[in-house]
Amino acid sequence: MKHFKTFTGVLLAASALMSVSAGAVELNIVHGAIGKDNEVLRKELDRYEEMTGNTVNIVSMPESTTDQFGQYKLWLSAKSPDIDVYRIDVIGAPQLASHFVDLTEATADIIDQFVPAAVESQTVDGKLVALPMFLGAPALYYRSDLLEKYDQPVPETWEQMTETAQIIMDGERAEGNDDMWGFVFQGAPYEGLTCDGQEWIYSYGGGRIVELDGSIAINNPEAAEALNMAKSWVGTIAPQGVLNYMEEDARGVFQSGNAVFMRNWNYAYALADGEDSPVKGKFDVTTLPVGGEGDSSAATLGGWHLAVSKYSPNPDEAIELVKFLNNFENQKERAIETSRPPTVTAVYDDPEVAEAQPFIPRWKPVVLNALPRPSAATKRKYNEVSSEFWTAVHDTLSGDGTAEQNLAKLEAKLKRLRGNGW
Amino acid sequence: MAEPVEKSTLSQQRVMSAWVFLAPMLAVLAVVAVYPLVKTIYFGFTDASIDFPGQAQWVGFRNYLEYLDYGGGEGEYYGLLADPDWWRAVWNTLRFTFFSVLFETIFGMIIALVLNTQFFGRSLVRAAVLIPWAIPTIVSAKMWAWMMHDQFGILNDMLMKLHIISEPVAWTADPDTAMLAVLIVDIWKTTPFMALLILAGLQMVPKDMYEAAKLDGIHPVRVFRKVTLPLIMPAVLVAIVFRALDALRVFDIVYVLTPNNANTATMSVFARENLFDFDRFAYGSAASTLLFLIIALLTIGFIRATRMNLGGDR
Repeated sequence: MKHFKTFTGVLLAASALMSVSAGAVELNIVHGAIGKDNEVLRKELDRYEEMTGNTVNIVSMPESTTDQFGQYKLWLSAKSPDIDVYRIDVIGAPQLASHFVDLTEATADIIDQFVPAAVESQTVDGKLVALPMFLGAPALYYRSDLLEKYDQPVPETWEQMTETAQIIMDGERAEGNDDMWGFVFQGAPYEGLTCDGQEWIYSYGGGRIVELDGSIAINNPEAAEALNMAKSWVGTIAPQGVLNYMEEDARGVFQSGNAVFMRNWNYAYALADGEDSPVKGKFDVTTLPVGGEGDSSAATLGGWHLAVSKYSPNPDEAIELVKFLNNFENQKERAIETSRPPTVTAVYDDPEVAEAQPFIPRWKPVVLNALPRPSAATKRKYNEVSSEFWTAVHDTLSGDGTAEQNLAKLEAKLKRLRGNGW
Repeated sequence: MAEPVEKSTLSQQRVMSAWVFLAPMLAVLAVVAVYPLVKTIYFGFTDASIDFPGQAQWVGFRNYLEYLDYGGGEGEYYGLLADPDWWRAVWNTLRFTFFSVLFETIFGMIIALVLNTQFFGRSLVRAAVLIPWAIPTIVSAKMWAWMMHDQFGILNDMLMKLHIISEPVAWTADPDTAMLAVLIVDIWKTTPFMALLILAGLQMVPKDMYEAAKLDGIHPVRVFRKVTLPLIMPAVLVAIVFRALDALRVFDIVYVLTPNNANTATMSVFARENLFDFDRFAYGSAASTLLFLIIALLTIGFIRATRMNLGGDR
């Protein structure tokens, strides 16, 4: 009898061990790292690993979302089982909808906690293709110390910003700071320029690249005025090299103390306010300027969301991981450490977040009213629409044709691209 | 009478064994080269999308050229052959190929001539010259992208300190200098390759020819033109064909140094963009097919033309 007991004991222990090893799976999550993203994600994954016994590897990607999208598309169309969870740009997931697991059922119990606009942006024909992870909305970063020194108000229109930037830049250069610039933004020909460009045009009352109903009215005087304003910055208050800047290039210039104004996403706040930052405590943020009186400020809706690949060998664990990474605690931590605006509404009203990142609660209305890119209207042709748009804007900025010419060309190209319908 | 029969059996056996030895290589070639090529050409005649390549429908030449009649005398041409972006990419590629090969040949020749003379530490210099060629293109392109950065780049810093330029130049961003930047990096990288091929040609030239010329007191420039150049010409032409083939399908340098920039986008960049970024897999396949045709035609044309010249020189 005693022997029997020992025997069953050993058996039980062995089967327990086996079930653990059979249950522990290895997952791969892929995303492009900007700022502190990787660091914070790793921390959250460590907690997940401890909790579940599963392991998760981070597969890192280049910074440019345009580059990432191409790679994701290759993996997915090859039905690659290597990646379980994709962290993908707000405009990306809807274009790849057929490759992702429908999360509607798995998230039915929690989806009400999320910002409705974010959920809507990831819903394609009733299917939730990605669970919103964090939102993005850009801000105008400004050097509050310099504005004070030169007795200038926080600008409300683009024109005011231009003048202020010129005054401070000239003043600082006269004092010997030759590297000082007035304004840096994302001017490289890629998705980021589409965001900047549509903000300028919308804030001048020039409408959207493609209207919500799919019509094309981009070739208008307000849009041309906006682009002409932007063109006037290059080589004067903005360095010529801004034509090849992405997010991190702009942040590099601003954070090293060499720019008065910067247009950038929220992530830059936590970094520019970090302990090792030369501009810590010397800057603040405000909404992006408007074209003139009566115009409204525009901030492009950005954000990164988590989608589960249909070709994942462990879809259940992958869905659990996605839900874990987007739960209240993790969103709160991300908001505090990386200044990424959360997608769970309650985090905006959390007092600890408000204390650590006063920026976030103030950003709630901006994020909730952010301007989406025309990815819903143009569906699978969005990437091409965006590419035509950023080419028109980049050509204008670099002096290859006037704003009027490039907008007329853009209108013709978009109409041609649309054909019988998007 | 028995002899020829025996011979033919022997040669038959040889032919047989040759095929046996060649078979694995041919099979591999068919899988990795012929199959993708045929598939690409096929996709160029369909409406394939990358999400569902299995559902591709045959559409004929629509990706290349198609006239859409809107009725009432109005209409428009669609397709690659009517696409200004495509022709711009073709033009960019040809421009890049012409200038990069031209300068790489000239600089490669100069380096080869120097390395062909006897001097102390020659083997060390030979090895050192090869370094740019040894670095992977993607690495050197990224390295140069940092060196050419307008704010933090060492290139601007050096030129400013030497008072050659008064303010930083945005090498990769400015449309006037973007192609120049790409050319600089490519010439820096590939000149050693040309130098090596030309050096190989130079070492084949018999030394006594130079001694004879020296005794006759002929000017070195004349010796170079009349003796060296004709003798190394075959090697140089082979090097140029190799290099031009490479330059015509250039992708990595352009993609890393000036991404998404219409001023430098080459045919390969255009094809990739349509294949993967845009939802136009068939269109990109058609572009790849044209790229293949253009390279084939240019190479055949170049080989024919230079053969005629070689015959004339003799």
